[in-house]
Amino acid sequence: MDVNIKAPFDAEELKKLKCGDMVYISGTIYVARDAAHKRMQEALDKNEALPMDMNGNGIYYMGPSPAREGRVIGSAGPTTASRMDKYTPRLLDLGLKVMIGKGKRSPEVKEAIVRNGAVYMAAIGGAGALLSKSITASEVIAYEDLGTEAIRKLEVKDFPAIVVIDTTGEDLYIKATEEYRKEV
Amino acid sequence: MKEINVAQISEAIKDMCIETNHFLSADMRAALDRAEKEEESPLGRQILSKLKDNLQIAGEDHIPICQDTGMAVVFAEIGQEVHVTGGWIEDAINEGVRQGYTEGYLRKSVVSDPIVRKNTGDNTPAVIHYFMVPGDKIKLTFAPKGFGSENMSRVFMLKPADGVEGIKNAVLTAVKDAGPNACPPMVVGVGIGGTFEKCALLAKKALTRAADERAADHFIREMEEELQRKINASGIGPGGLGGTTTAFAVNIETYATHIAGLPVGVNICCHVNRHAVRIL
Ligand code: SF4
Repeated sequence: MDVNIKAPFDAEELKKLKCGDMVYISGTIYVARDAAHKRMQEALDKNEALPMDMNGNGIYYMGPSPAREGRVIGSAGPTTASRMDKYTPRLLDLGLKVMIGKGKRSPEVKEAIVRNGAVYMAAIGGAGALLSKSITASEVIAYEDLGTEAIRKLEVKDFPAIVVIDTTGEDLYIKATEEYRKEV
Repeated sequence: MKEINVAQISEAIKDMCIETNHFLSADMRAALDRAEKEEESPLGRQILSKLKDNLQIAGEDHIPICQDTGMAVVFAEIGQEVHVTGGWIEDAINEGVRQGYTEGYLRKSVVSDPIVRKNTGDNTPAVIHYFMVPGDKIKLTFAPKGFGSENMSRVFMLKPADGVEGIKNAVLTAVKDAGPNACPPMVVGVGIGGTFEKCALLAKKALTRAADERAADHFIREMEEELQRKINASGIGPGGLGGTTTAFAVNIETYATHIAGLPVGVNICCHVNRHAVRIL
């Protein structure tokens, strides 16, 4: 099913999503990948505030290529989510509602997804040029020294993603692979 | 003795950085077209169609195909009758990478030290493999490598008794473990034989072969085709979201090995399998 959804995210709307749905996100999402997650973890360990509020928000695992003059952003597709698994349950428990990336998640992340009514979505890996067209604004809000790994705030319009793990914990990677597996 | 100035080398590398990150070679585009027609999953077809749109946007608007514009890998085949003038070839290659990644608005994804992890800011250094060959030319093959798929690559030190079945299982294991992480449809580079490092290098080299070019050896060719059929029957599909297109190609390279060993390297590449060649 095709679903339009607003970011930040409404918990009730997220509950309606089922794995396999194609969603088009409009609104504000944040960008963070490996090094930014590590720093957020260190901040939490020291009881410091995070650069953004997790509550109801979404994080896109991405590190863009540089923008050409006059453009909002460069190529901007998803990176592998499992590298963030170690840090993710803690952020989910703080209210993070949506993660957008590509690839499998750990059992711990899945549990935290179900526990918190969150959703994991995949953007199409390797489609960074296409996906950049759904980003209307981009601003670095923290950890600027990390370059492409800095935390950004994005405005997106009809950003396409596919629901992979829904609020019940069902996993499209497992389900769809089973469906198309053949004996040879 | 033919003289080649380092400036020519830098220029060729710089061009290839920009070219490969914005345009895929014809074989990769053809593989995508074919897959879109043959894919059985509706979502899979939708993804493949979006990947084609992505290629078009990348070329027309000059946006890198993928934001991970890779670590620069260079195969430098140097004719032994060539005299390189004006500097050191390694500096020249890195200068080309520096200029290409900076002027081409490509992402700088390289850290100077694997532990300290400070970004070098210009995507250098490249990983360079030199080969001395007969003749008076330099052949440069440029293949930037993204790490979503690189991270899923493996070396298996099989034993002779593991045989052909062992090789096939190794490749299928690597591909299944990679699954959605490697941005399928993939190209699978396989190196069989040599030593620990040689099989990995063969696997990397195999990725620079065209997706529609099968191995010359009949037996190896059949193994490539069989493995591709088996991988496509795994159900992983485009984006790992289910389907019948998981690999565009399996490219196998082989080399002599030791009586006690059967090394197998599996280098996985995503659908953004970038490679270009310049001969100087
Ligand atoms: S695996 Fe390939 S397509 Fe996927 S993000 Fe990395 S470079 Fe891009």
